[in-house]
Parts: sequence; structure tokens; C-alpha cells
Amino acid sequence: MNTLLWTALPYVTLALLVGGTAWRYRYDKFGWTTRSSQLYESRLLRIGSPLFHFGLLVVIIGHIIGLVIPESWTDAIGVSHDAYHIQALVLGAIAGFSTLTGIAILIYRRRTTGPVFMATTRNDKAMYVVLVAAIVTGLATTLIGAGVVGEEHNYRETVSVWFRSLFTLNPDVDAMAAAPASFQIHTLAGLLLIVSIPFTRLVHAFSAPVGYLFRPYIVYRSRDAGRPRSRSGSSRH
Amino acid sequence: MTVDDPNHTTGAGGAGSRPIGRCMAQVAMVMNLDKCIGCHTCSVTCKQAWTNRPGTEYVWFNNVETRPGQGYPRTYQDQERWRGGWERVNRRGRGRLRLKGGGRLRKLFTIFSNPKMPSIQDYYEPWTYDYETLINAPLSDQMPVAQPRSLISGDPMKIEWSANWDDNLAGGPDLVADDPVLKKISDDVKLEFEQTFMFYLPRICEHCINPSCVASCPSGAMYKRSEDGIVLVDQDRCRGWRMCVSGCPYKKVYFNHRTGKAEKCTLCYPRIEVGLPTVCSETCVGRLRYLGLILYDADRVLEAASVEDPKDLYEAQLDIMLDPHDPAVIEAARRDGIADDWITAAQRSPVYKLAKDYRVALPLHPEYRTMPMVWYIPPLSPVVDRIRDTGHDAEDAGNLFGAIEALRIPISYLAELFTAGDPAPVDAVLRKLAAMRSYMRDVNLGKDTRPEIPANVGMTEESLHAMYRLLAIAKYEDRYVIPAAHQETGRQLEELSCSLDYDGGPGMYVTGSGPFGEASGQPSPVSVETFHALRVRQTTDTPAGPDNKDQRLNLLNWDGQGRPEGLFPDNEERRDG
Ligand code: SF4
Ligand code: SF4
Repeated sequence: MNTLLWTALPYVTLALLVGGTAWRYRYDKFGWTTRSSQLYESRLLRIGSPLFHFGLLVVIIGHIIGLVIPESWTDAIGVSHDAYHIQALVLGAIAGFSTLTGIAILIYRRRTTGPVFMATTRNDKAMYVVLVAAIVTGLATTLIGAGVVGEEHNYRETVSVWFRSLFTLNPDVDAMAAAPASFQIHTLAGLLLIVSIPFTRLVHAFSAPVGYLFRPYIVYRSRDAGRPRSRSGSSRH
Repeated sequence: MTVDDPNHTTGAGGAGSRPIGRCMAQVAMVMNLDKCIGCHTCSVTCKQAWTNRPGTEYVWFNNVETRPGQGYPRTYQDQERWRGGWERVNRRGRGRLRLKGGGRLRKLFTIFSNPKMPSIQDYYEPWTYDYETLINAPLSDQMPVAQPRSLISGDPMKIEWSANWDDNLAGGPDLVADDPVLKKISDDVKLEFEQTFMFYLPRICEHCINPSCVASCPSGAMYKRSEDGIVLVDQDRCRGWRMCVSGCPYKKVYFNHRTGKAEKCTLCYPRIEVGLPTVCSETCVGRLRYLGLILYDADRVLEAASVEDPKDLYEAQLDIMLDPHDPAVIEAARRDGIADDWITAAQRSPVYKLAKDYRVALPLHPEYRTMPMVWYIPPLSPVVDRIRDTGHDAEDAGNLFGAIEALRIPISYLAELFTAGDPAPVDAVLRKLAAMRSYMRDVNLGKDTRPEIPANVGMTEESLHAMYRLLAIAKYEDRYVIPAAHQETGRQLEELSCSLDYDGGPGMYVTGSGPFGEASGQPSPVSVETFHALRVRQTTDTPAGPDNKDQRLNLLNWDGQGRPEGLFPDNEERRDG
């Protein structure tokens, strides 16, 4: 069971993520959008959306630091375990709470603003469940990990080790199996969230417009280049 | 072919004084406001062609607003509030252009919630009526009433605003007082304003030479077509960040709330490509729209858009327009790949004539620094009406000139619209229109003409005549000088796949919901029209429709010739067959 969960699943997730994104890009460029509902309502959105997104950005950075950087490296530069965990707890808790508050506001807005609710698809609702599950379990593990709630656990000796071992194609199942159930649940929720990216509106995360910072302001395009190639097959001649 | 006309010389500061940079062509429009009767036909036909789909109920690519008035969306001209367009800032002693809504970093920082995005209430909440109650209501003493229902929420609603709520000054001084243009001119002016004058301002996207919408798009989905300058949104690349909506000072990019993508006026490019005028021009009742090419020096755009005094922007924009008769310009145009028939078209361009030869067309809000390319001939009618109301001869040159002198209010208002507040160019245009009016009266009455009238406004009798012909009696071919697109690149223009022919787009008749929400999934493409079919239509007297009988009526395909497919049920055909 453990083997299946912690070896096959992550690779299946990755495959679905890559394949799904490629598929979506190929077949649904037109549906690839934020599907913003700001036109309908912007008072709550103005608070909830930045709170959620910026919180999430910090959370992602936190995950990268926590999972990618081995404990030995932070030891080497003289960061004590306590210091590390305090900063992880403080930053993680702040970011996690603002993400959670943000999504709470957004979901409240979605439910109570008529037009926004009408524009909510079943796909969106399912996505919200997964997203909230990932955030809530994540916040829980942050608190558990630091020993605020329940028994303290140093995930950098279990989850992180397993995570890095995935990339050497030699999954360390034992490391993950040693993690408490809460961490295992959060990991599963996280995998589910990753899988859902290409198949929900979350896909807009992949079009974060960093290129905007570097391109010239005015874009010129030739008429020919502007003509979508894939659509020339429907000529009625 | 293209022969230089010796009568044309390059203006001072124009192309003659330094080498011509990259020469580009732009399809531009001029509207003669004196002739607009405010009938909204242009808006309606445009809507039929482009925005009669779910998600764009509130969208009018073409709208006609009464001035003074708040406009659509409300008070869009108040750039201190909406922060569209560009502004000039001094950096290290040099004037530089910056997006008024903030630079790139700021754009990315506010991407999760655009603070300057107008809400649906700023446009208006679109509605329909609950017509069914009219039929289904039980027998009773009262007449059944069809209640208005919001097309956004589906709930019953109170209609409180629309795209032309203050049409013909409806709503009176209360609404008019919020006109941002009016606010710019002094207080005593406002009070007597309504008695002074009123006119209509039809607006479409300006297809700017320096478009701030394009500059605001984080995804790089918006672009200016290098062949004809038309500004479009690539529907496949738009990610719905909404920065273009707030970036455009004219508020002419709209957010389709069903598809989550930005949409805007396309200058009916499928029609322009085959030499047909836009739907709004074609159907304009007043025949007041002109379409033609402008050649301009792309390397000087930024410099022209950044001149220090906003009042110089009008001249600066005129300056980058190149004289298509100048041999140096012709050479530069050929060098930069502009075909000879396009150069000829540019030489015949009514837009160039009105803007640069006669100097009677002015840009709308040049102070936004986007270099708009839909220009306007300001209306003389307020002046004429005023003279007539006071019982004087409204075609007498002296009366007209005197009134232009006296009526400062309409002139300051027009100046706020067209020349960043500088009354001189507006004054000059109105004088030319007045001169034409009284000069031509003599001609029409068979009297001796008075050459001093044109001389007074710096024109010759010939040029005044020519201007009269263009403004008053120009035929279809003279109002619309549009060269067809070139296909030398080898690709046949078989399928006019347009930026909007996606699910629910004008070229589509299948609507539905994909797995990822409204309008996602692979659209089944239906062509808007084919090149050859359009060509046939253009040159025939009989209807030539696409074979696809179940295509719904789409005015985009209609050039006024024959009966468009789908206008009537095909009873007739069945009888024939
Ligand atoms: S008027 Fe048209 S081209 Fe100009 S900024 Fe607005 S949308 Fe862009
Ligand atoms: S159709 Fe012509 S006359 Fe009528 S409102 Fe439009 S621009 Fe004016």
C-alpha cells in the first residue's frame, strides 16, 4: 500500500500534469483563462483575491524551501533547527492564514453574489473542495510540524527526503511512511491539487505573465501570423 | 503608376527635413459630426454583427453618445479616475511616456484584482423582458406587464442606466453636470451650456498608432497588425487579466464575462481585407464616415506621442502622417514592403485629405497620447442653429464668422474633445466649414462666387470645391478607399478566421459549455465568409450566399446587396424546389 502510494502516485501525478497541460494547450487555448468575475463584483474581490494569491505565492516558496533544501545545508550555514522551525512556522502560518482567509472571502463572494454563483461550474466547485482541502491540511501540518498542536514532527527528515528521492527515480518509501498521518494526508491532497491544475481554471497559473516585464510595449504582428493555423481546415470551398 | 502630384509639398517639420523611418500603413476613419443624426443605426448593426452573444450583452463596439453627456461607460473621459492611456513624465530631464495606470511591475502587482476596472454598473446592467407573461398571464382586468430581467443575474431589475441613457440630454442638468469634459471648462459656462448646444459623438475603437491597450496586456495577446494597423485581441492567447480594459482611455476593450476574454472592435477586418467598409460605415444613415489609408513614420511615433505640451499633440500626429505623393515617401513605402496599389489608395485616401490637406478632421482626445486614428470633423451645426434661432441668415459668411467668434462655449467644449483644450484648430476648422457653406450657397443660387471667402480661411476656390464634393456628395468609392489585402505570401485567404469566431463568436452558431466552464473546449469553426464569396457579393446585384443554409443571419456578411441568407425563412426556396 505504502509503496503504491509513495512511488507510483507521484509519477502518475507528474505524468497527468504534463500530459494534461499539453493536451489542454493543444485543444483548449480558448478556454485557458482566469475566467475573472471582477466585472460582476469587485468590492470583495479586491480584498480576497490579493490575499489569496499573494498568500499562495509565499506558501509555494515555503514549500520549495522546505522540500528542496536538505536539512544538512541549513545546518551547514549555521541555522539551528529551532530557528528554522520558528521562521517556517511564523511565515507558513501567516501565509497559510492569509491564503485561507482569502479563499474564504472568495468562496463567500462566489456563493452570495448572484451572477458570480451563476458563472460557477461544477468543475469549479470540485476544484474548490480540493483547493480548500489542500490549504486546510497544509495549515494543520504547519502547526503540527512545529509542535504547536500535537506532537512535534520534523518533516525535513521524512517528507522532504522522500520528495527529493522522487527526482533521482529512487523513491524513499520508508521516509514517507515514517511521517505522521497528517503529513501523508496533506501530501495526497497536494498531489490531487497538482493533478487538477490542467483540468480546471487553475491552469491560469501557468500563464503567469512574467514575459511582460521584458517585451516591448507595443506588439506588432503580421496578418498571416495572426491567423490561427489549426482553423484553416474548415474551408467551405 | 503612382505619380507625384506637384501641388503637394511636404509640410515643415515633415518627412522632408530628415530621412523617413519605417513607413507603415494604417486604415483610418473620419466621421463628419455635422451629419450625424444620432439614430444609432451604426451601433445596432455593429451589435448584430459582432456582439449579439451571451457575455457581450453590455458591449457596444460602436456607441453613439450625446455630448455633453457622461458617455459610455459613465465618465470614461475622467482619466484621473480611470487612468487610461499614457502620461508624460520627466526622467533625467527627458520627457518619457508611461502608462497612466502604472508601469509593468505595478500591472503585475495588481493583476489579482484590477483596481481601475469599470464594473458592470459603470457600463450598464443589460436586461431583457419577461415576454412570456404577456402570453401566459391569466385573464384579468389589468394588462399583463413584461417585467425587465437582468441578463447578468436573471433577476427582475429596475432599469436605471444604459449605454445611451442621457441620449438627447435626457436627464437634464443633473446628469450633464457629471460630464468630465464639461467639468474642464469654467463654471459659468456649464450653466448656460444646455441652451448652447448638443451634438452626437459616434465612437468605435480608435485603432491607435500608440495603443495603450496593447501596452497594458500582460500576456502579449493584443497586437497591432503591421499591414493595416488594426488592433486585435488574440483570443487564443488572452488569459483574461483585464489590464487592457483599464489601459484603454476610450474604454473600447470589453471583457466578455462568459468566455473570460477581452474583446474589442475589429474594424470589421474580414470586410476591410476584401475592400469593404466596416458595418458601421456601410450602414450609416448620415453617410458621414470615411475610410482610407494613412502612411506614417513608425520610427517617429514615440517622439510625437511624447511632446511636452498636450496642445501640440494634434500637430505632432499630423506630422508623422506622410504625404503619399512625395516621391521620397513613395520610395520609403516601397522599401518597407507596401504594395503599389496600397500607395495609390493612400494617395486617394479621403482620410488623408480631410485630416491633412484640408485640415478639417481632428483626433479625439489627443491628450491621451495614444495617437488615435478615428478622427472627427467637429460640428458647425451648433453655430448655425444659434444664428437661425436668432432670426439671422445662417449661410451668410459674416454672420457665421461672427458667431464662431462669439460662441466661445461650444468651441471650448470641442477643443477639450479634439485638441486638448486649444481653441485655435477648432476655430480654424469651423471657419472652413462656414466658408464652404456660404461660398457654396452662392454657387447653388447661380450667383457670382466670392473668392475672398475661401481666401479668408486659407483655401483656394478649387480646394474648397473639392472639399465640398468630398463632404457633401462623395460617392461610395470616394468615401471608402480600401485596398484589398495582399495574398502574395502564398496563403490563400480562404478562411477569414477572425479573432471572434469561437464558440459564441459571430461566426459560430453553436453555443454551449465545455468541461472547463463557459465556452471552453475546441470550438467548431465556421467561417465568417470566404474571400471569393465576398468578392462575388461585392460585384453582383443578385444575392450570393454561402451554401450553408442554416447559417444564421449575420450582417457582417451583408454589403447591402440582395437579400442576406437567413433573413427570411426559406419558404420560397421550398416552393421553387
Ligand atoms: S482606442 Fe482601441 S487601440 Fe486605442 S487604446 Fe483603446 S482599444 Fe486600444
Ligand atoms: S448611423 Fe450614422 S447618423 Fe446614425 S448615429 Fe450612427 S454615425 Fe450617426
